[in-house]
Amino acid sequence: MNQNTRIRKYFIWLFWIAVWQTANMLIHNNIIFVGPLDMVKALLELVRDSSFWASIFSSFARISLGFLGAFVLSILLGCLAYAFPLIRELLEPVMLLIKSVPVASFVILALIWIGSHNLAVFTSFPVVVPMIYVNTLSGLEHTDRKLLEMALVFRMPLWKQVRYIYIPSVLPYLISGCRTALGMSWKSGVAAEVIGIPEGSIGEQLYYSKLYLDTAGLFAWTFVIIIVSAVFERIFLYFLVKVKH
Amino acid sequence: MIELRHITKSYNGLTVLTDINMTFRDGGCYCLMGPSGSGKTTLMRILMGLETPDEGTVAGNPDRKSAAISAVFQEDRLCESFSPMDNVMMCVGRSLKASRVRLEMGELLPEECLDRPVSTLSGGMKRRVAVLRALLTPSDILIMDEPFTGMDEGLKHSVIAYIREKKDGRILILSTHQEEDVALIGGELVRISSSSPDSSQVCKSFA
Repeated sequence: MNQNTRIRKYFIWLFWIAVWQTANMLIHNNIIFVGPLDMVKALLELVRDSSFWASIFSSFARISLGFLGAFVLSILLGCLAYAFPLIRELLEPVMLLIKSVPVASFVILALIWIGSHNLAVFTSFPVVVPMIYVNTLSGLEHTDRKLLEMALVFRMPLWKQVRYIYIPSVLPYLISGCRTALGMSWKSGVAAEVIGIPEGSIGEQLYYSKLYLDTAGLFAWTFVIIIVSAVFERIFLYFLVKVKH
Repeated sequence: MIELRHITKSYNGLTVLTDINMTFRDGGCYCLMGPSGSGKTTLMRILMGLETPDEGTVAGNPDRKSAAISAVFQEDRLCESFSPMDNVMMCVGRSLKASRVRLEMGELLPEECLDRPVSTLSGGMKRRVAVLRALLTPSDILIMDEPFTGMDEGLKHSVIAYIREKKDGRILILSTHQEEDVALIGGELVRISSSSPDSSQVCKSFA
């Protein structure tokens, strides 16, 4: 990104922060809406509390684990569906169902089946699996047939075909799918925590912010969620792109 | 040796090969020439096992299934995000050490290209990578479909000299549009005309 573009981006961010602060001054009601300055103040108070970091770590660990588990499962299912058309046919209605059922329904089911403690781990699955499964399958189906013919003629073993042909073909689709799936898994994970209120989680903190009408705290925690999910996304995509190279 | 007997192939009702009978002897070098659409690529695809003829058989010694083939396709068919070294090593396997492969590749390519992604190379360089991949991979049969595409005269002569050196007694079947290539490579000219029910599609002559 060149210097001018970077400066332009900063000014756009500053513009929206100014709009936000202006809206806060116009609404002038700390229960309904808070501005950036109030949010930062609330954040600084939270940071001093040891339970703040514990909550972040707890939710981060569960949501990340859920995402990684769902990611691996989706790729496995995508590969099986590519290799065996019957499996693809069997999975089609399942994926359609999972995509259509509201996350809240899964959350309530999970509360009944596994309780609130590992809720965020479970809720990543219905959100991430259909997305990454479809992307994996698309990537495999769009593998260059000419390269596969070349591999056939040269009698390239399967593991080399996977490493040199299939992985480079699937990776752009996976990276694209992950950009969406990562954000969605965080949204669904935290939403599940707000419903299930597992102890020591970000969702629990959001719930109490709502209970005590602490809108500044709510904004502060939302900001934290955005930052933590962005960090996780950056780290994960960094390693995924490394595989590509 | 490979024998093609009464090979016929059609695509969507259009007959490309009609009653082709050919023998390729061990150590032989055969240059297929013919207009576009005459069936050269189809014939090569049948030899590679990528197409099944509608009629006829392909027989050989060693038999077709056990004969190892290495090929230069009409398109380069290289893994673009990998280097020329990777592209050759992935097919060569353990039969040649990487240091030896690097030495051989240096005969046709500048050293500084060998470890860059293939996507950064020119068309002529990519073609050379494809030729090197075919020649350095151990095989019984070499099939090259227009291997000199994108090469100037000087480069083509170098590549032909390298092919003659590395052929190593394998059957070489290549297609070209230039008759002078046949003399340079020291092969047998095989003309393939467009499929017609009235005349034979294949006509051989010696270079």
